[in-house]
Amino acid sequence: MKLLNCPLNGIRNISEFSYGGEYHPMPDHIASSSRDWVEYVFFHDNNAGIVTEWWCHIASSFWFLAERDTVTDEIIRTFKTDELFHGRADVTDPKSESK
Amino acid sequence: MTKRLPHPYGRLIDRTKKIQFSFEGKIVDGLAGDTVATALLANNEWLLSRSFKYHRPRGVLTLAGQDANTMIQLPSNPNALADKELITEGLEAKGQNYSGTLEKDRGSILGLFSRFLPVGFYYKAFFRPRGIWEKWAAIIRKKAGLGVIDQNISPSYYDKQYKFFDVVVVGGGPAGMQAALDSAVDGCEVLLIDENPILGGSLNYSRFDVEGCQGQLIRQELISAIEAKNNISVMTDAVCNGWFADNWLPVVAGNRLFKVRAAQTILCTGSLEQPALFHNNDLPGVIMGSAAQRMIHLYGVYPGSAAVILTGNNDGYGVALDLHDADIAIKAIVDLRDKPIYDAIAKKAIDLGLTVKTGYAVYAAHHKRTRSVKSVDIRKIIRPGICEEIGDIIDCDVVCMSVGYAPAYQLACQAGAQLSYNDTSAMFTLKNCPSNLQLAGSVNSLWDLDEVRSEASRAARTATKSLGFISETEGEIISSAKPSPNHPWPIFPHPKGKEFVDFDEDLTISDIINATSDGYEHIQLVKRYSTCGMGPSQGRHSALAAARIVAWATNRSVAETGVTTARPPFSAEKLGLSAGRSFYPKRLTNMHTRHIDAGAEMLQAGAWFRPAFYHQGKLDNQSCINNEVDNIRNNVGLVDVSTLGGIDLRGPDVAEFLERFYTFRFKKQPVGRARYALLTNEAGIVIDDGVACRLSEFHYYITATTGGADRVYQSMLKWNSQWRLDLDISNVTSAYCGINIAGPNARHVLTKLQSDIDFSSDAFPYMGVRTGVISNIPARVIRVGFVGEIGYEIHVPQLVGEALWDLVIEAGHEFGIQPFGIEAQRILRLEKGHIIIGQDTDAMSNPNEIQMGWAVSRDKPFFVGGRTISELERKPPLRKLVGFLIDDLNSPMPQESHLVLDGTKMTGRVTSCNYSPTLKKIIGLAYVPLEKAESGSTIVIKSSKDCSVEATVTELPFYDPKSLRQEL
Repeated sequence: MKLLNCPLNGIRNISEFSYGGEYHPMPDHIASSSRDWVEYVFFHDNNAGIVTEWWCHIASSFWFLAERDTVTDEIIRTFKTDELFHGRADVTDPKSESK
Repeated sequence: MTKRLPHPYGRLIDRTKKIQFSFEGKIVDGLAGDTVATALLANNEWLLSRSFKYHRPRGVLTLAGQDANTMIQLPSNPNALADKELITEGLEAKGQNYSGTLEKDRGSILGLFSRFLPVGFYYKAFFRPRGIWEKWAAIIRKKAGLGVIDQNISPSYYDKQYKFFDVVVVGGGPAGMQAALDSAVDGCEVLLIDENPILGGSLNYSRFDVEGCQGQLIRQELISAIEAKNNISVMTDAVCNGWFADNWLPVVAGNRLFKVRAAQTILCTGSLEQPALFHNNDLPGVIMGSAAQRMIHLYGVYPGSAAVILTGNNDGYGVALDLHDADIAIKAIVDLRDKPIYDAIAKKAIDLGLTVKTGYAVYAAHHKRTRSVKSVDIRKIIRPGICEEIGDIIDCDVVCMSVGYAPAYQLACQAGAQLSYNDTSAMFTLKNCPSNLQLAGSVNSLWDLDEVRSEASRAARTATKSLGFISETEGEIISSAKPSPNHPWPIFPHPKGKEFVDFDEDLTISDIINATSDGYEHIQLVKRYSTCGMGPSQGRHSALAAARIVAWATNRSVAETGVTTARPPFSAEKLGLSAGRSFYPKRLTNMHTRHIDAGAEMLQAGAWFRPAFYHQGKLDNQSCINNEVDNIRNNVGLVDVSTLGGIDLRGPDVAEFLERFYTFRFKKQPVGRARYALLTNEAGIVIDDGVACRLSEFHYYITATTGGADRVYQSMLKWNSQWRLDLDISNVTSAYCGINIAGPNARHVLTKLQSDIDFSSDAFPYMGVRTGVISNIPARVIRVGFVGEIGYEIHVPQLVGEALWDLVIEAGHEFGIQPFGIEAQRILRLEKGHIIIGQDTDAMSNPNEIQMGWAVSRDKPFFVGGRTISELERKPPLRKLVGFLIDDLNSPMPQESHLVLDGTKMTGRVTSCNYSPTLKKIIGLAYVPLEKAESGSTIVIKSSKDCSVEATVTELPFYDPKSLRQEL
């Protein structure tokens, strides 16, 4: 069984985690084209190489990110979400933009 | 009385303890420590079993538990290995795979028909002429298969244990003992695993010097040092059966499966001696050189009285010396090498005047009436694999083969190491091991004891250094200065065939060549087509020979041909080990015993146990359920809703968060009100629903479905790890118990309870939320209408759930309150047209398809799934979830997932269907195409193989369309 280093709980068996899909930055939900939005939701890169993935430590419900090489299945590193998300995220409001 | 070699021969046997058992009904005398095979050998009985295909007589080959020749039948244990299975008093053992008797097997006639059983026979027989397989199958199924399963077997106890070590050393031979010792000296916690009853490996039986005493001296030295270390744990009679990611090792010892995690693993798995290929090389009495040494040294058994040694290296001379020391006549040492380079051991054998024939091969073996070997035909080799026309016949009763080794590469390859073969030296090497895996000893192609021990020390240093126990340099990897012990071509085709490549599957040289002629040139295809390496010994003694033959037949090198993949498990593993003792958590609500006492039939929903319905005397199940429904519609009932998810959200951003997470609006929701909350994922698919209760400005209590609660909670945390809104989210599902009290008399029951909450219709309207105290129990009360009557959900701390249940039952006594289960609840909600997420929705259901467009807000900036839903709304939906009615109560009742048909075309499916006791009709929900979604349309449901039912599409809800009753 593989091991995964949770940034909160340390090294644990992979069976304690659930996979949360590949990480993709969300395109602007108002401005992006239909094509871009649909690709974001439905298409997965499925890269052979290093990808960034969501992982959740089930027992503590802690979400974090992992860089993994899909060719060798080697986990390069794991890190907390604050590396990618800084501060309160606001959402575009179509009404305020049109004003 | 049987004859044994004197002490110190027979390291594993206890001569003071005699044990009697039976084989094939005959009483056999053995000694404690004997295996079934060695006790029989001591009585000069070689025949153990019959081969898989031709029913050829078979006996010991390796005496190491590595081959399928020794598979015997024990009363409740088929395919037991006779060279592993220890004898016990009264044990009843039998041979396998014969008809009649083991001695006179009627099935052996199949050997005469071998040319009608060509390679790929099964595939060909399956194929044509059409229908022939039906005829063959009856015969083959009876002939094939090995042992017999005892269907009356009583269950035995199997369990699992976890272990954690800095260093795990697999294999307790010289390399393994040295590596374990050095790792321990460096300060690691070490586990040393060996499959044999004692440590030592080849030190226990092999000859390393002229006098034949070095092995035991070194073994004693290493064992004393290991015993002096309290940071080495030793497991003998234990097999490491595989390698899984990050050194997760399944170690089987008896009925226990150890799951061992190692920071570093050192594989000292050794090597497996390989057979030579000649006519009748499978006869009982034709054995590995190392098998003869095991017989002598471990069990004190005479392998025979007159031996021929077939060798391709100097190890065969060591075998000769061992046999000579044991007073066994050496009839000839047949050396495949034309000009051998002798070591000291070989020179000693020559000095003793033993007959040596260099440049000769054993071309064929012959047998006598007892079916074991009686003589060999030795011939001069002209060129690789080809001998002279005429040879010499030498009488003998045992043939020992020492022509080379294959590393026990299985675990290393599972860890990702690559196996390569050098066609010149005929040696394998393992490369590219992961950094947490080291190799030492003969698995790493080292056989010289000094080299083996230095390499083991180096491997240990690499391991301990990577763990930070030492800091000095590791030293160079050793490549052997000694000549290769492997002969490149110990393969001698014979006009009459029967030179066995694979003993398990009875495959000969021509079978492998024919597989390549049939077009299967890739080694993996040869394996599957011929079944070579697919038997119980998994190619341990056939993979190398098969690779050599395929390489030769296809004009490639062995390096190019490669060998087949060796997947776990390494050795046969009992199902009990995987099945034994697992833990399945069960979740019981606080009111569980009350349900049992009230006669509930419990139903498992995920880990939860919930009442399906309550038995009422001798009434049938459906009537019980219908009575429960009637009681809600006309009176009052209560249901345990503790399994519903509960999530507390607190903070200034709580409403903002909910607006982004769920489809509805929440910012203007007044305190003290509840709202339906529908959840979609980014693909716009409905994945959960619940009720959002605003307990205060910054505090929401949200319910989620029983099965979805954990997923919803995780999803909330995932989104807020990105949005970073100012709120706390906690899953309080197991912190709260809940009861739903529903029915026209619900309010009457509640007003009987002592509470500071005003339950009157004006003070506490439909979809209101109140917090208060009910008989000193702090409670959150929500007015909901899931079943379509006046209903109050009371959520209280988990520990007082049962107390609340009792209070409500007591207060409702005068109204005839009755508990109801999920079955009744499902009918009640269906009558009300409420969907159940996961039952009435699937992985494609968007809100518009399920007529929930009203629950989606279109004038807020963002919510998960919002953009995708608006993309989906550009096109009309492909299907709709509608209600349907069947008036004719005699018509068969459609079931969930029955198809909705248009002619023969499938256009939809039923998601819920039940008899409605209230409406006295069959009602249900189904996905139908848009053109059938209009109220009044007729749909056809195929309810069984030959039966279709017509149903009428109907407006939802079926019951109380204006929803007057729940709002009373």
